[in-house]
Amino acid sequence: MPKAKITFDDISQTVNVPAGCRVIEISEKIGAGIIYGCREGDCGTCMMEVVEGWNNLSEPSVLEEKVLRDNMAKRHNRLACQAQILGDCKVKPA
Amino acid sequence: MSRLANDPAQSARGLAQGSPGAIPITAGVHWIGALDPQLRTFDIILRTANGTTYNSYLVRGDQGVAVIDTVKLEFADDFFRRLESVADYAEIRAIVLNHLEPDHSGALPELMRRAPQARLYISTRATSMLKAVLKPKESDRPFEYQTVGTGDEVSLGSRTLRFLHTPFLHWPDTQCTYLVEDAVLFSGDVFGCHYCDARLFNDLVGDFRFSFDYYYAHIMRPFKEHVVEALKLIEPLPLKIVAPTHGPILRERPRRYVTHYRELSTSSLTERIGNEALSLIVFYMSAYGSTARMAECIAAGAEETPGVRVSLYDLEGGETGPFVDLIEEADALAFGSPTINGDAVKPVWDLLSSLAVVNLKGKLGAAFGSYGWSGEAVRMIEDRMRGLKMRVPVAGLRLKLIPTDEELAECRDFGRRLASALVGGEQGRVIDFADLG
Repeated sequence: MPKAKITFDDISQTVNVPAGCRVIEISEKIGAGIIYGCREGDCGTCMMEVVEGWNNLSEPSVLEEKVLRDNMAKRHNRLACQAQILGDCKVKPA
Repeated sequence: MSRLANDPAQSARGLAQGSPGAIPITAGVHWIGALDPQLRTFDIILRTANGTTYNSYLVRGDQGVAVIDTVKLEFADDFFRRLESVADYAEIRAIVLNHLEPDHSGALPELMRRAPQARLYISTRATSMLKAVLKPKESDRPFEYQTVGTGDEVSLGSRTLRFLHTPFLHWPDTQCTYLVEDAVLFSGDVFGCHYCDARLFNDLVGDFRFSFDYYYAHIMRPFKEHVVEALKLIEPLPLKIVAPTHGPILRERPRRYVTHYRELSTSSLTERIGNEALSLIVFYMSAYGSTARMAECIAAGAEETPGVRVSLYDLEGGETGPFVDLIEEADALAFGSPTINGDAVKPVWDLLSSLAVVNLKGKLGAAFGSYGWSGEAVRMIEDRMRGLKMRVPVAGLRLKLIPTDEELAECRDFGRRLASALVGGEQGRVIDFADLG
């Protein structure tokens, strides 16, 4: 199974994960600082900044893009409950 | 016209006798809100021993009128009657909602129907809530609105409204509106309280000090860091009147309420201790002493880490209020609970369900406990802490019944790892997904 490395910049910890995992599945277990509200891509609470590897996350859906817009997301912000890890990346709470 | 020349004192007495008219609060500004003296509970969480008010205001410039906030839907008739006593709907150029909570936006849809030419001004964060509040039907005329941020202004000719973006006080979309020429701050729920007195002004009403502090403790306290940010915008303003959306209008020494907010938002515990160390608090309940022994060893292990100050508390010997104060100031919390009938014990849940009034975001959490059969409590507490937006950096520790010496050593190690995470000692680790558990 393809693997990828995700680094949580706020706690400086890296996890080797199977490609396709959502960020939420990892960040909660490791105790990273990204926080969650609805966990289903609606509230925008889990907005994160992708510091490196922007192209190594799954494309945002139309709904995620709308929530990002509503929450005044900056470039390279994503929802951690939606984004799937496809390759190496580094993230931190937005 | 006499609408602007009413005698405030006379009008205040009139209101106390049930007069339906608007109350002048300064030249060109009227209170057009509603009194709700029968309310005894607000928003489920607040007791309101003598009710509340829903304050809305009308500002008149020489080129039009602005309405600032409306009232709860049930009180719309009072609001419209008072509005009509001082203005025609056709004169309204601007409607400002300082936040969209239903007790202030209840009469908004009808006001927009009656004043279709008026433009609605809301904060930049309010857009997503507007549709949810107005619930427009497809057949409705699309409503027009403009989002505004700090420094944006709306001119009414001789009077100017300037906006201050003050998010999370107490809704994400909260803003304050400042009437520049008259130094009136329409502060929304900030500086408000649930206190109903028809005399309306802080120099005329009864003693509302308790209500003011109680309101702050339940509504603003969870957002202290945002209060401090908002105060940076508010404190430099000349202030003759602070006009909140609930409770008395603050016209006598308004600045002391601003100062009081500054005091309430400053951490009293930290100032008294003056301690630079990071604080870890270990709370526990224990039936036969096993979870207590775990707690002592975890605390001892954590104490070995320089820069971490550990406190140990048996929940059986304390009350929720002071514990909530301690938790607000702590950097990390560990909760120990035995598992009884598949659950953590009630005192633990009592404390964990009393934390909505403090900000826990980013604090570290950990759970541990001794159990007899199944040991569900630890995972449940961890889930609750994550739900409270805490980080849980070390997987919980569960031990079956009486801890052995080896298991107590494991507890000390658990304390060390928690303290290490607190001071950032876990940084740089590479972990495999399979080891996350």
